[in-house]
Amino acid sequence: MTQLALVIDLNVCVGCHACVTSCKQWNTSGQAGPLFDDNPFTKDPTGTFFNRVQTYEIGEFPNTETLHFPKSCLHCEDAPCVPVCPTGASHKRSEDGIVLVDYDKCIGCKYCSWACPYGMREFDEHQKVMKKCTLCVDRIYDESLPERDRKPACVLACPTSARLFGDVHDPDSEVSVAIRESGGYQLMPEWGTKPANHYLPRRKTKMRIHEDELVRVDNPLKKEDIRHETSKNVSLDDWLM
Amino acid sequence: MHPTFAVIFLTTLIGVGQGLFLALFTEQSYSAAKLLPTQESSFYVTGSFIALAFLIGGLIAAIGHLGKPIYMITRAWRGVTQWRTSWLSRELILMPVVMFLVFLYGLVHLLGLDADLFGSSELNGQLTLIIGTVSTAAVFALFIATAMIYASIKFLQEWACALTVANYLLLGSASGFTLASAYAAFTAPELVTFYAGWAMIITFAGFITRSGSLIRNARIKYKSTLQTAIGVRHTKVQQKAMGMMGGSFNTREFFHGKTAAFLKSIKWIFLVLVFPIPLLLLWAGMDGSKALLVLAFATQYVGLLFERWFFFAQANHPQNLYYQTV
Repeated sequence: MTQLALVIDLNVCVGCHACVTSCKQWNTSGQAGPLFDDNPFTKDPTGTFFNRVQTYEIGEFPNTETLHFPKSCLHCEDAPCVPVCPTGASHKRSEDGIVLVDYDKCIGCKYCSWACPYGMREFDEHQKVMKKCTLCVDRIYDESLPERDRKPACVLACPTSARLFGDVHDPDSEVSVAIRESGGYQLMPEWGTKPANHYLPRRKTKMRIHEDELVRVDNPLKKEDIRHETSKNVSLDDWLM
Repeated sequence: MHPTFAVIFLTTLIGVGQGLFLALFTEQSYSAAKLLPTQESSFYVTGSFIALAFLIGGLIAAIGHLGKPIYMITRAWRGVTQWRTSWLSRELILMPVVMFLVFLYGLVHLLGLDADLFGSSELNGQLTLIIGTVSTAAVFALFIATAMIYASIKFLQEWACALTVANYLLLGSASGFTLASAYAAFTAPELVTFYAGWAMIITFAGFITRSGSLIRNARIKYKSTLQTAIGVRHTKVQQKAMGMMGGSFNTREFFHGKTAAFLKSIKWIFLVLVFPIPLLLLWAGMDGSKALLVLAFATQYVGLLFERWFFFAQANHPQNLYYQTV
């Protein structure tokens, strides 16, 4: 069974919102009709988006870290928003696991948005139906596009390649390897929704130098102790540069 | 959650309608067992049409909860398809079923139809007793379906509890029986003590379960935290940006937008209006005072509007963890 999903690497996300704007551009131009906006260029702009980038500050000054957190439908494997829908508009495709809303069946009762603990669904105030990330289902299967473009708009737009797209049920896919090898995790695991989308945590590369590596007689670092300044003499490198 | 008046009116109005029907049928079954004097059929006819009017009122209020009113005609019929999984679908099926059965109950009383189904010529109104029994089952099922819409969402922890079902059942029935005592004061004064007595018992039972849910909700420990929401293990996490400036559906739908003091005042208003005042008025109206009993129902119904508003407002959706800079 296939379960398409995104893996979002928080370690590389720079919070540029390129995924937000490319998502909006693609999905407001499609066959399903526009994603409406109100006051887009004046005070209190608001509108329907499938994807948002939020920013969190972790820690206390001065030891803080900024986390940019892209947030879109997680395409849960046990999606709580699907069984609650009275009309069957909200559904999960068996062939690829994408959770979709059929805008022609939706009655706009908003019950599915109540049943999503992540708040990933947004109601379109003009079309009066519930909308959500489609994983660009109208793009990833479009054979008129070159194969490299058959990915969600957000994935193609990301300048730092923080977003990976693939089948999380295939153990050898890029996304599965990333989840397995880089500590991919799910949001709110306590509800058992089994989100298909995973996040890769922030990682810090640290060099560990043990004391004995510096004081040992045969220590190679002793000659060029990186804790000391390097020589002020002109070296061969200066000539080459 | 942001309370919607469409749903507040829907749930309270059908609660009254269902409760009133239960009251009518309780009286009929008691009189069939010769425990209460038999009533003219007009008592049941008018009563069940009043109940039907409340149910229709609820249905009209429900239209307001849809994206567009026209969806009621063009799309809502699909709502019968997902009864296997969706409590909302089950409610959508049971609503017209209950309305039809209540209408049928009134109609059969109106036409005076009867049949000797039990083979006992002494027992009158056997046909209406059968229809009434089926309707009672449907009314209970509708109460459960309405409440389970809320109680089945496990991460809305204030709602995900058996007390929610008990509250919908008892508060709806209480308002129905209070209305029945006011109705009896006009049409069948000998039933006032019977109805007012039951209304007081059910109101008191509702007081116990509603207080129970208030006590429970005051002590809720939320399963989700900002740490599990974004998956960062640090005690100090602060949201700096929500991904939008002017608000979105997420900031409008899931928060009542009122202060804690406002919420608390609503709680005390409904606690007074739904329970002690109607109890006192019902007790005082036992002698058949029309004004007191009508006032008891009006007070309790208005109180239930506050109660339902509070019910929605109190529920804290975990998605609010992602929207903290509102």
